[in-house]
Amino acid sequence: MTTPGYATERETTEGRVFTVTGGDWDTIAGNIDPLSNEKIVVNMGPQHPSTHGVLRLVLELEGETVTTVRPVVGYLHTGIEKNLEYRNWTQGVTFVTRMDYLSNMFNEVGYCLAVEKLLGVTDQITERTNTIRVMFMELQRIASHLVWLATTGMELGAISMMLYGFREREYILDIFEETSGLRMNNGYIRPGGLAQDLPESAVRKIRDFLKYLPKKLKEYEALLSGQVIWQERTQGVAVLDVTGCLSLGITGPVLRSAGLAWDLRKTMPYCGYENYEFDVPTATTADVWGRYLVRVAEIRESLKIVEQALDRLRPGPIWIDDKKVAWPAQLALGVDGLGNSLEHVAKIMGQSMESLIHHFKLVTEGFRVPPGQVYVGIEHPRGELGVHAVSDGSTHPYRVHYRDPSFVNLQAIPAMAEGALLADVIAGGASLDPVMGGCDR
Amino acid sequence: MSTHSESDGGVPVTAPVGANLDAPAQTPPSPDKGMFGVQGTGDVSGFGGLARRRPTGVDSPRPFGGYFDEVYDALEEAYPGFADAIEKVVVDRGELTLHIKPERIAEVCQIMRDDESLRFELCSSVDGVDYLGSDNRRFHISYQLTSMTYRRRVRLEAAVADGQSLPSVTGVYPTADWQEREAYDMFGVVFTGHPNLTRILMPDDWEGHPQRKDYPLGGVPVEYKGASIPPPDQRRVYQ
Repeated sequence: MTTPGYATERETTEGRVFTVTGGDWDTIAGNIDPLSNEKIVVNMGPQHPSTHGVLRLVLELEGETVTTVRPVVGYLHTGIEKNLEYRNWTQGVTFVTRMDYLSNMFNEVGYCLAVEKLLGVTDQITERTNTIRVMFMELQRIASHLVWLATTGMELGAISMMLYGFREREYILDIFEETSGLRMNNGYIRPGGLAQDLPESAVRKIRDFLKYLPKKLKEYEALLSGQVIWQERTQGVAVLDVTGCLSLGITGPVLRSAGLAWDLRKTMPYCGYENYEFDVPTATTADVWGRYLVRVAEIRESLKIVEQALDRLRPGPIWIDDKKVAWPAQLALGVDGLGNSLEHVAKIMGQSMESLIHHFKLVTEGFRVPPGQVYVGIEHPRGELGVHAVSDGSTHPYRVHYRDPSFVNLQAIPAMAEGALLADVIAGGASLDPVMGGCDR
Repeated sequence: MSTHSESDGGVPVTAPVGANLDAPAQTPPSPDKGMFGVQGTGDVSGFGGLARRRPTGVDSPRPFGGYFDEVYDALEEAYPGFADAIEKVVVDRGELTLHIKPERIAEVCQIMRDDESLRFELCSSVDGVDYLGSDNRRFHISYQLTSMTYRRRVRLEAAVADGQSLPSVTGVYPTADWQEREAYDMFGVVFTGHPNLTRILMPDDWEGHPQRKDYPLGGVPVEYKGASIPPPDQRRVYQ
């Protein structure tokens, strides 16, 4: 039954240590006295379906009660911040979009707002661009919350929810694809504007989606809210009150589920959020149930914002007027993908040498950003996304640091899980909605 | 308040000042050439004029404008060691930066959090920046504080030389725990009093601190289970 080399045991000064690899539990458990050896150290992850990616939790258990949790992160570290220092400011967008892969629009907007603040052109961003940015951020928020519903549903036993959540998210990714050519990692928001204008076909898709989702949301609530298992697994589980949240730096839906209506879109608005009407949903239970209610309510608020944004959308330029910053080419979606528009190619190749030089310099070298540093915070689906950007006056970033909410929020796992049952570690961890790509960057 | 004498003009990247001080882990020597022949800053176009410029701001005069004066005055009133702790005040792009003596940073954070007229309850972010070649105290640790009561933001900045340490603020803001670990991991800055200052993003046995400016991009062998594969630019096929 047992393969040699597996299920080994060795004597140490602290007693006998077993290595269990799965399927061989009985051979070990049969030999030890269950009463005197209650303490078990379980290494959960980094490859585990319930840890949302490559999160590793080292759990110390007394029976089924968790006494210690030690989260270990860093398995998805890709050095994006270091890489940014070797690319120009515009190219940075392609990197940062890959950090938190469930909310790439937020990574891009945070980065672009920081670059624009460094350039001092924040007020020159056109109305249309700001509206599209807001609309896409809210669509992304819906997509991210849907994935949260899907994965958390799966982890707590509601497999159908997983299928539904991902199905609905696909509609949003379809809208992104229609606009930018890519489902994820769009690289759509650029410093000073957008890669491409929003096509009419995407507007139609968004209108359809606004009609479609509210009905589906009701179905999910009917599926989950009244369901006893869902209630038992979430209510009173992984409680973290406002004091705990603030000292651990937890923001976003987790903080709002504890009752504090702190939302940067309201408290420190950016991109013109002060012009939209929406509420900041809160709960007072401070548990997984409260976080579920807050997230579902936030999807509804985001739908309201997207609808208002669609109504505000007026034709107009998407790039700022400053030719030293604005992308020189008009991009167009051709049969072979996104590329320079034919008129632009005809102009730079056939008519204007200066345009060609300008295009070449701006695209290969990039624009210069005056020296200094800024910090920009935006409301990400998981909390405050902070971008600390430093420029030394050259064409590429001196340093860009992302304060990713997944990274900061994961610190709360020990506070939520220690003293609770093993199963509640899963519910509590899931309620933080960590995305390891963002956490490890 | 004082400014640094060598802080004007573009300074080319040369050997780090104080680089021979005993760092927690030694950085690998900076290679002449980065991956794929990249030199200096790695400006991909080659047109960028590779001299490093001066990234830090200069002292700002009073009044600072907005709520910045209120914050400054409130801190001066609440904190007895104010005159000694503040090195420089910079107001730039609508943001207030207070440069704090590194050994005072935890005390200042305590006042910033607890004083009624300051109330910076949330420490949004802690991270480092390496000003190699433009400041003798090359590592600047930034603390982005947020006051939810007054809806204000302030940045505290503490500069330390290579090998110098500063107090951890985890006693005031427990959220700084992982962020200080990241700053240690990436820059090798030691925070004294931190409960568990170990690497967080890089592997435990990694040598060097990757976000330092004299640490190369790429050029590191790929290691897996004892086997080592040289970086792409040193593989035989590219030579």
